[in-house]
Amino acid sequence: MEEFVHFLTPYEFSPTIAGGALLSLVLFGRGAARLREQGRSVGFWRSLAFVVGVLSMYVVMQTQYDYWSQHMFFIHRVQHLVLHHLGPFLVALAVPIEVLGAGLPDRVASGIQRVALSPPFAPLRWMFHQPVLQAVVFVGLIYLWLSPELHFYAMLNIPLYNLMNWSMAIDGLIFWLFMLDPRDPRQAGTLGYGGRVLLLIAIVIPQILIGAYLGFSQESLYDVYAVCGRLWPLDPVTDQQIGGLTTWIPASMMSVLGLLVVIRRSAQTDRARESAAHPNAKLQASGGTA
Amino acid sequence: MKTAEFARFRPQGFTRLGALGRKSVTGLGAAALVCLLTACGGGAEWNNRDISGLMPPLEFELYSETGAQVTADDFDGQAQLMFFGFTHCPDICPITLGVLAKALDQLGPEAEAVDVLFVGVDPERDQPEVLAEYTDAFGPRFVGLSGTQEQLKALAKRYRVSFSYEDRDATGAYGVNHSSAVYAFDETGKVRLLIDADTGPEAIAADLRRLIREG
Repeated sequence: MEEFVHFLTPYEFSPTIAGGALLSLVLFGRGAARLREQGRSVGFWRSLAFVVGVLSMYVVMQTQYDYWSQHMFFIHRVQHLVLHHLGPFLVALAVPIEVLGAGLPDRVASGIQRVALSPPFAPLRWMFHQPVLQAVVFVGLIYLWLSPELHFYAMLNIPLYNLMNWSMAIDGLIFWLFMLDPRDPRQAGTLGYGGRVLLLIAIVIPQILIGAYLGFSQESLYDVYAVCGRLWPLDPVTDQQIGGLTTWIPASMMSVLGLLVVIRRSAQTDRARESAAHPNAKLQASGGTA
Repeated sequence: MKTAEFARFRPQGFTRLGALGRKSVTGLGAAALVCLLTACGGGAEWNNRDISGLMPPLEFELYSETGAQVTADDFDGQAQLMFFGFTHCPDICPITLGVLAKALDQLGPEAEAVDVLFVGVDPERDQPEVLAEYTDAFGPRFVGLSGTQEQLKALAKRYRVSFSYEDRDATGAYGVNHSSAVYAFDETGKVRLLIDADTGPEAIAADLRRLIREG
C-alpha cells in the first residue's frame, strides 16, 4: 500500500498536467450527463476510452513512472508510445470534442468556438487539415527526439524534457483526432477515408525503419542513461534493443488499429449517406417484412 | 556551427535511413536546437560535454568526511567536480576517481583551485571516517560527502541521476547502482561540464585548466 502511494506521487509535479487531466475528466462527465438528458447518450465504451486515454497519459507523466523513464531507455520509449500513440488514440476514439464542449457552460463554449474560428487561428485550422504536414510532423517528432545528441540534452534539462513530452502528447492528440474524425468528410471538409488509410500506412514505414535500426543496433547510441544511472544494471545495447522493438511493433500496430477504425467510420458514413438519400427505404423494407 | 561539430551530431547509422528526406530536416532542426542550447559557435571545443545552463547551480546539504554538516557554500570560490558513488564500489568509482587524480596531478599547483566532491550514496557504509580514508587514497583535493536518504535523493534529483541498492548476498554485502557522471562546476557554482572519465586524464586536465582560467 505504501509503495502504491509512493508510485502515485508525482516525481515532478506539474499543476498544468494534473489540472488539465482533472478538468478534462470533469468536463467529459458533465458533458456526457447533459447529452444523455438530450437523449444522445455517449455510451459506456466511448466514456471508458476517454477515461483510460486521459489516465494513461497522466500516469506516465505524473507518477514515479516518470522517474523510471528518465533512467531506462526502453521505459522512456513506452512512455512516448503512451503519450503519442495509445493515450491520444483512445481519447480520439471517444470523439470527445462535442462532449467536452457540452460540459462547458454555454457562454464559455461559444466563446471558445468564436476564438477558434477567428482569423488569427486560420493558420492553425489550415495546418489541422494538411494531411502531409500531419504525417511529417508525427514521424518527424519521433526522429527529432531520438537524435542522440538532442536526446542527451533533453534528459538533462528539465524545460527541454517537458517540451519533448508535451510535443509528443499534443501532436498525438491532434493527429489521432484528425485521423479518427467520425464526421462525413464531404460535409466536414476533412480528409477522405482513402487518404487516411494511405497516411496511416505511410507513417508506419519510417517508424519501422527507426525501430528496427535501434532494435538491431549493436552499439549504444544513448549514453545519457549510463551517465545518469540506469534503474538496474541492464546492458545498454539490450535496453536499446527493447526500446527499438517498442518503437517498431506496438507503434505500427496502432496504425493497424487506426485502419480498422477508419474502415468502420467509412462504413458508418456510407450508411448515413444512403439513409439520407433514401429516407423511406428503411421504412419500406421493414414494412415489407412485417 | 562547424562541420566537425555537425558531423559529431549526426548519429552514425541514421544516415543509412537516408531514403527519408525528413531526416535531414529534423537533423537540422535538432542541430539548431542543440546549437541554441549550448550557445555553440563561441570559443574552442571542450574535450568533455559543455552543459552550461542546462542544470541548476550546485546546492546541497550533506555531511562531510569530518562529520560536519556542509552546504555548497562551504566550497565557494573553488572549481568543483562532483561524482556520485559508494566507498565499497569495486570498479567504476576507483577507476573514475583514479583518472581524476591523474588529471589533477597534471594540473600541478593549479589543482589547488579544484575540489573533488565524492558523494557516497550508500550512507549505511559511507560513514565519515570510511569516506575520509577512501578519499585520502586519491589525494588531498578529494572530499567525501554523504547524507540522509532525503538529502541524497534531493541532490540526485537536482542533477537527474539515479542510485539504487541491490539485494544483499549471504555475507550481507550488496552492490549499488549509480551514475557514471562527473559534473564540473565553476567557482561560482554554475554547472559547466559533464566529464567522462573515458576521455582520459590529459583531456580532463586541459578542460579543468580552461575552466579555472575562465572562471
